[in-house]
Amino acid sequence: MTMSLRARRRIITKTGLLVGLLIGAVFAGFPVFWMLVSSFKTNTEIFAFPPQLITKGFSFDAYIAVFNDPEEIRFFINSYVVAISVTIVTVLVSLMAAYAFSRHEFRFKKPLNMVILGVQAVPPITLLIPFFGLMVTLQLYNTYGGLILTYVVFTLPYAIIMMTGYFNTLPRELDEAVKIDGGGSWTTLWRILVPISVPGIVSVGVYTFMIAWNEYLFALTLTRTTDMRTVPVGIQLLLGQNSYHWNQMMAISVLGSIPVLILFLVFQRYFIGGLTSGSVKS
Amino acid sequence: MTSLRVRGGTARRFPSSNLVRALAPYGFISPTGILIIVLMIVPIVMVIGYSLLDNVITTPESKFAGLANYIAVFTDPNFLNAVKNTLIFTVCSVVAHLVLGLGFALMLNSPLLGRLSRAVFRVIFILPWLFTAAIIAILWRLILDPNGVINYVLVQTGLIHTGVAWFATPATALLAVTVMNIWAGYPFFMISLLAGLQGIPRDLYEAATVDGAGWFVQFRNVTLPQLRPIIVSMATLDLLWTTQQFALIWLTTGGGPINFTEMLSTFTYKLAFSNFEFSEASASAVIILLGSLIVAFFYVRQQRAQD
Repeated sequence: MTMSLRARRRIITKTGLLVGLLIGAVFAGFPVFWMLVSSFKTNTEIFAFPPQLITKGFSFDAYIAVFNDPEEIRFFINSYVVAISVTIVTVLVSLMAAYAFSRHEFRFKKPLNMVILGVQAVPPITLLIPFFGLMVTLQLYNTYGGLILTYVVFTLPYAIIMMTGYFNTLPRELDEAVKIDGGGSWTTLWRILVPISVPGIVSVGVYTFMIAWNEYLFALTLTRTTDMRTVPVGIQLLLGQNSYHWNQMMAISVLGSIPVLILFLVFQRYFIGGLTSGSVKS
Repeated sequence: MTSLRVRGGTARRFPSSNLVRALAPYGFISPTGILIIVLMIVPIVMVIGYSLLDNVITTPESKFAGLANYIAVFTDPNFLNAVKNTLIFTVCSVVAHLVLGLGFALMLNSPLLGRLSRAVFRVIFILPWLFTAAIIAILWRLILDPNGVINYVLVQTGLIHTGVAWFATPATALLAVTVMNIWAGYPFFMISLLAGLQGIPRDLYEAATVDGAGWFVQFRNVTLPQLRPIIVSMATLDLLWTTQQFALIWLTTGGGPINFTEMLSTFTYKLAFSNFEFSEASASAVIILLGSLIVAFFYVRQQRAQD
């Protein structure tokens, strides 16, 4: 009697859980699913009544249209150039800074550390106006250089915090051994620490790439011509211009999301670990 | 922490390379130092300077204006409206992020769930987090279109009579951007809370079960207190981020219709780059900075108290 009651309760709980999970999955997944489905429609089928999942017009036309438009290809080239450059620069600069923070004592260490923590609270909109002025003055307005520098500064503080945390977990005996062998700090960093810090570097790299790939506000403000626009800004330009080619916009959205999706699937563990450990515990 | 103190001794054993060793850290830190000073400290000083001058950027000569720009911002009815909208948008978003994030994390953490189904649902629940704001905005414009799929479902189920232009109707625009932002932001809570749930010691629950505590009592007396530090820090970070949300609003309503979804970020952006009132926009930007610093201050203090 008691067994069957417990078993029945278990079934009820399990059913409730499943219903909850399915409702959640529809809420979370449906918009994404709709994006994907719509990218394979013809533009006339987008608002078909009633809405259709798999349409007669199923085709890759929207994707072909994107790939045949040099302007839209350019958005992707710009995004890749900027995001990859930012990732390389931020990783290199943060490695050096983290090494200094983790292994050395120097003047201004404390205040600099405070500044690095503090600048993360500065809202982007506060920096937007002076950045606009600064980039015009430095003749970096509407250039790759301007965007790259901007994103490096935005990603650097958190990258340094993550990297310093990673170095702190590595045994100091390693670099002491190199010093005894006569190697300098430079050798210690690149020959000893960097090769065993791959997980930390991947976390920093993925985080940086994602921020740079996704950024919108500064990409909008610090570039002017269509040939300098990145994907997030480019999508918006199609909104006004092409009188709503929804299927193409969805195709660009899918293509524009692929790099981050791939990074996520490949580096899932670093990804979540890197992003949460810093924000929760730092 | 212990290894931090070990180091002092070895450095002193090599007096010959003292100078090189003393200078090395400055070499490593200088790229960071230069970048942070030129592109963080200088811009902050610049924007504060701009906010105290008139006609900056647009004209070569500008005069000291005192607090005139701040007075202009604070007496602008649209600024107060933006503060109100930002507050509603932020509070609703943060609360919903927390509730949804916690709910999803609890479901994913259930022992009734198999390994594979847990992995599949986890990826599905994380999905919204993997898309950038610009893409989310365009996507929601499509599904919330008067002829779009959500309106179709609502009409078919009899909840509304005809399709609603959610983003363009004054009565629904703020609701629409808030729902969109809730969708976009809860996974970050979920991931952190899931990690937190997995870190709660099993014996706490076992002890509670022995005491005869049911699911809800366990949740209230074990789960919530254990998650509290994560919840507080996530909520504070979310508060900071949500008040600064720009792309989602800009690409769906642009602050409209009229000013019904005007936020502090869109208000400031328009002042600067639509009206070219850079001085007033700078004052508004400094006000937002001060607000953020206050929140950040409490965040740091709370983190310290935790340690």
